[in-house]
Parts: sequence; C-alpha cells; structure tokens
Amino acid sequence: MAVKNFVVGLFDDEAVLFPAVKKVRTAGYKLHDVYTPFPIHGLDHAMGLRESSLHTAGFIYGITGTTTALSFMSWVFNVDWPLNIGGKPHFPLPAFIPITFELTVLFAAVGMVMTFCYLCQLMPGVKKHIFHPRQTDDKFVMVIELTEKTNAEEVKNFLKASGAHDIEEQQAEAGWWFGRFDKDDEPYLRKVKPVNA
Amino acid sequence: MHLKYESTLREPLVDGVKDYHQVTEDIISPIEAKPGKLWYVGFFISLALLGFGAFSVFWQIYFGVGVWNLNKTIGWGWDITNFVWWVGIGHAGTLISAILLLFRQGWRTGVNRAAEAMTIFAVMCAGQFPIIHMGRVWMAFFILPYPNTRGPVWVNFNSPLLWDVFAISTYFTVSLLFWYSGLLPDFATIRDRAKTKLRKLLYGVASFGWTGSTKHWQRHESLSLVLAGLSTPLVLSVHTIVSFDFATSVIPGWHTTIFPPYFVAGAIFSGFAMVNTLLIITRKILNLEEYITVGHMEAMNKVIVLTGSVVGCAYLTELFMAWYGANPYEFDTFFKYRAAGPLGWSYWIMMTCNVISPQVFWFRKMRRSVAVTFFMSIIVNIGMWFERFVIICTSLYRDYLPSSWSYYRPSWPEVGFYMGTFGLFFTCYFLFAKYFPVIAVAEIKSILKTSGENFKEKMEVYEEQPDEKFAHDVAHAH
Repeated sequence: MAVKNFVVGLFDDEAVLFPAVKKVRTAGYKLHDVYTPFPIHGLDHAMGLRESSLHTAGFIYGITGTTTALSFMSWVFNVDWPLNIGGKPHFPLPAFIPITFELTVLFAAVGMVMTFCYLCQLMPGVKKHIFHPRQTDDKFVMVIELTEKTNAEEVKNFLKASGAHDIEEQQAEAGWWFGRFDKDDEPYLRKVKPVNA
Repeated sequence: MHLKYESTLREPLVDGVKDYHQVTEDIISPIEAKPGKLWYVGFFISLALLGFGAFSVFWQIYFGVGVWNLNKTIGWGWDITNFVWWVGIGHAGTLISAILLLFRQGWRTGVNRAAEAMTIFAVMCAGQFPIIHMGRVWMAFFILPYPNTRGPVWVNFNSPLLWDVFAISTYFTVSLLFWYSGLLPDFATIRDRAKTKLRKLLYGVASFGWTGSTKHWQRHESLSLVLAGLSTPLVLSVHTIVSFDFATSVIPGWHTTIFPPYFVAGAIFSGFAMVNTLLIITRKILNLEEYITVGHMEAMNKVIVLTGSVVGCAYLTELFMAWYGANPYEFDTFFKYRAAGPLGWSYWIMMTCNVISPQVFWFRKMRRSVAVTFFMSIIVNIGMWFERFVIICTSLYRDYLPSSWSYYRPSWPEVGFYMGTFGLFFTCYFLFAKYFPVIAVAEIKSILKTSGENFKEKMEVYEEQPDEKFAHDVAHAH
C-alpha cells in the first residue's frame, strides 16, 4: 500500500458521530474509515458501504461440504470398497445424513472465518496503523484522507464543527505490514503534527 | 437523542454508572494486575488434579484397559458417562452464544464469553474419554477416513460412533472459531492500552492486527450471525448424535426414539448449571457483579427449571413406554433394575437432583438467591452425571443372560481419569480468567446505552411520550 496523509478526529458519542459521517459525505471529503470500539449498527450504511457478501461465501462453502461428504461416502461404499455391512444397502442415504450435515457446517464455518480473515487482512503478525490508541476502547475515530484537492486546515475546522476533538494530522501507512506491536516498525518516517483543537 | 431505547421495565444488564471507558477498565484491568492468592491456590489444585489424571491415564495405557473395572457385561462405565456429561456441559455455551444471539437476547453479552470458553474446555475433556477408552490409543487415528495401505479399508460411515467423531470434532472446531473471532476485538483493546512490551507483543499477535474499522465490524457482524446460525443446528445435532450411540443399539433402556430431544434438553440443563457454578465464582473473584448480575443468574435459572422439567417429562415417558410397550425386557430394565435393584439408588439420586430439586426455581426469590443458585448448580450437575450413569450402567449390568449379570464400581484409574479432566478443565479456566477478557467487552459496550443502569434512567422521558413521537424524532434526528 502507500503512505498517505490523514486528518484524524475523535468522537465521544455515536449520536454525534452519525450526523458527522453524513456531513463528510455531503461535503465531498474522502472518508478513509471510521474506527469504533464496538459494532455500530447503521454506521456502514451511513458511510455508504455496500452490504457484506460473506454469507454468500458461507453458503458456497456449505454446499461444498455437503457435496464432498455425500460424494466421498458414496464413492467409498459403492466404488472403492463395496463392503457388505450386515446386508445393508450400499447407498444408505439416511445413515449419511449426520456426517453430511457436520461436514456442511464445518466447511461453511472454517471457510467463512478464513475468508473473513483474508478480506480484513487479519493474521497473527499482521500490523496496521492505529490512528488513536483509544479507538478500541471508547473513542470513535474518524479518519479523512487528504488528497491534492483537500485543504488540511479546512478539514480540521470542519471536523471541529462536527463535534470532534483532538484533531490532528497524521501521515500513515494505509495498508498492513508484518510487524510487532511492541515496536514502532511502521515502514515510513512518522510525522505527527498536533493541532490545538 | 439515542437511536433506540429499551423499556425501563426491563432490569438493567449493566449496573452502576458506566461509560465505555469504565467498561474497558472494569473488565480488562484484572488481566493487567497480578492474580490474587485464591487464583494461585485454585490453579495449583487444578494442576495437581491434572497431574493425577495424567498418571491414571498413563497407568491405563501402560497396563491396558483391564485396569478399569469394565467387563464383558459392562463395556461402558465411567468413561462414557463422563464423556456424555462433559459434552453436555459444553452445550450451554453454544446455546448462549448462538441461539440467544439469534433470539436477540441482550443478557447473553454478560455471560457468553465465559460460557463459550467453558464449551471449548468441556469438549476438550469429553474428547479424551472415547479415545482413551479405545485401549490402544496409539491406534486412535484409525477412526479417521484417511487413504491407508490396508486396501484402503475405510471407516464405517453407517456407524453412530463414527458420526460422533465427526460431530465432536466439528463442534470443537466451530466453537473455537466462533469464540476466537469474538475475542479478536477484545484482544485489540488489551493491546492498545498495554503498558508493557511483552503484553503489547503477545496481544498484538493474538489480536491478528484488528483495528476496529467499520467495514471489518460489518463483516464481523455478518460472520457472527452466520456462525450462530450454523452453531444452532450443530449443537442440537451433536447431542442428538451422542444419543444415537445408545438409541441405535438394541439394548433395552437405550433403544428409544425419545433420546435425541431428551439428551439435548439434559445437555442444556447441565450446561447452564455449570455456567452458573463458574460465573458465580468468577464474578466474585474478579469483581464483575455489575456485569454478571443477579438478573443474568435468574435468566439462567429459568432455563434450568424449563429444561429440568423437560428432562423430568422424558423420564416419566420412558417409564410409561416401558410399561405400555409390553416388551418384557424393557419392562424389567426399567422397573426391576433401574428404578429398583442393586443400582436403584443411582436412579433416585438422578430423580431427586434433576426433577424434584430444580422446582425451587419456580419461586422468584430462589431464582435470585446467589447461594441457592450456586448450591443448585452443583446439585444439577451431580444429577446429570447420574443420569448418564443410570442410562449406561443400569441398562448393561442386567443383560439377556442372567449368568453374565454383574455389578459395577469404578477402579482408581477410572476415578483418577475423571478427576484429571476436572484438572484440565479448571486449569484452562483459570488461565482463561487470568489472560482473557472473561466478558465480551465490545458486546457489553454495544448494549450499554440501551441496557446500562445509568442510561436507562435517562430513558424515562421517552417512556412517557407516545411511540409515534419517538419514531418521528429518530427519523428526523439527523
């Protein structure tokens, strides 16, 4: 990814955050992200994010599990080693239900979690820029990206008017890298200019 | 103006004056402090038990399965009893985290983390029993359908015991994934407020680099919901399949169609009792009484009295069917050797603990008493252990051939093995209570403004105004 310039503002209350998000969008600023300590229902819609398709992926993984279980067990009992078990049929569908069900659930769950980790770039050893240490505690951190067209001072004043505090400009890596959280190993020279908010 | 509020008639789920930061402080600070004396005492007792269990298992593997008091008549004894008991205990965790999530029960947020941890540790304990029971544990991998050089000879997919292998391993994996995906944001919280380098490093690795991005939360919500949707039928299927181990056989006392729902109800019953046992201790030691309130215990006691009564109905139905079914062997099993006979005492312990004593929870005062809840949680778990013992042993010790009739009491390695799993369970739980947030911090924050005591008080204004006005104000708030 790349190193970019951001203006960061902190909000204390989600009731103040919502109108601010709406105003950012109408004002036309590039909203990088909003970091929150817990899921806020409706914030994704307010930010104009599209719905997650993770559940569709889960469905596909699920039917993969169903097919795997059914076809494997049928292949074993009918093709690879047709064993006579007490004269029972070689394709005992009712007896296949439990394992088929379990494999459906297993494939769907494992597949979805792996997809989730892949999409959100989550893995042991992965590190990302934390704009404010309280973003996982009690603050809602709005991050606006500065492009050539945006004026930093204007964005700061805008955030202040929307109810944010501790507004500052940060230069940060926008993507992820392999790093340790006990070391300041962000792959760029960090310049933080605090602003009297 | 808040986007939604909850009726003030409902009891708050978080007591005291709290803001988001205070929630973090309350739940995370025990992790950052040195554990108290009680923690060390408990932890070392658990370790000692675990050590004794390991020795008992070593003894059994070294000398063979003959050191157990199982015999030709009684092939399943304490081992399978303990297996079913531990698996059952695990079920409450999934019920709380999955089924109550789907039902949008806010109170689950206070107890779900610890209950899910309990599920995982209980399933770990349960899994030991069938594996060690195999006798030649080094051959345990034969239960997996892997391409081998013996044909390949595959496992028998028609066998309920193999279904169990799939059910338990899937259950463990899915529970672990569900639990850990919920832990990611909380680990990030610990990481970002960590003062020491080691804590920053370790929780940084454990948090997978979670930042709290809105898009990630959206996917996280979607993931939790689908995992809950998957876990709900899964948890029902697991104990159903465990009950198939018995129900698909032709042993009188096992061969009944009532087993799946009866086992599932029993599992939830014992699981909630174990959640109560653990949480009453946890809330006391970690000072979390404001998050795990008496209201939470009352809710769980309601589930206990419901499932206990379901189980009671199942016992009576079994007795009725044994008489009405007109099968002399089944009649004898139930009326001569289960409710009476040399092992009859265990049946009446079961009846007293599971059916009669939980009826105290019809009284609100009893449901809300911490002492009664704690006492009953132990009683219910004793009762549910005896239920499995009764089902397994009283059906086996009097079989079709009177010359092979036998009696069963466990040998010391069997008892030691059981104690060892307690050691494993509590060792894991103590480590969890020390190093993990025992309450889902992010989830508590998400219900704080609707169910926190200090926020509920502010809602009385909205309570008095008509619904239309509230809806109108929300719609035009911003």
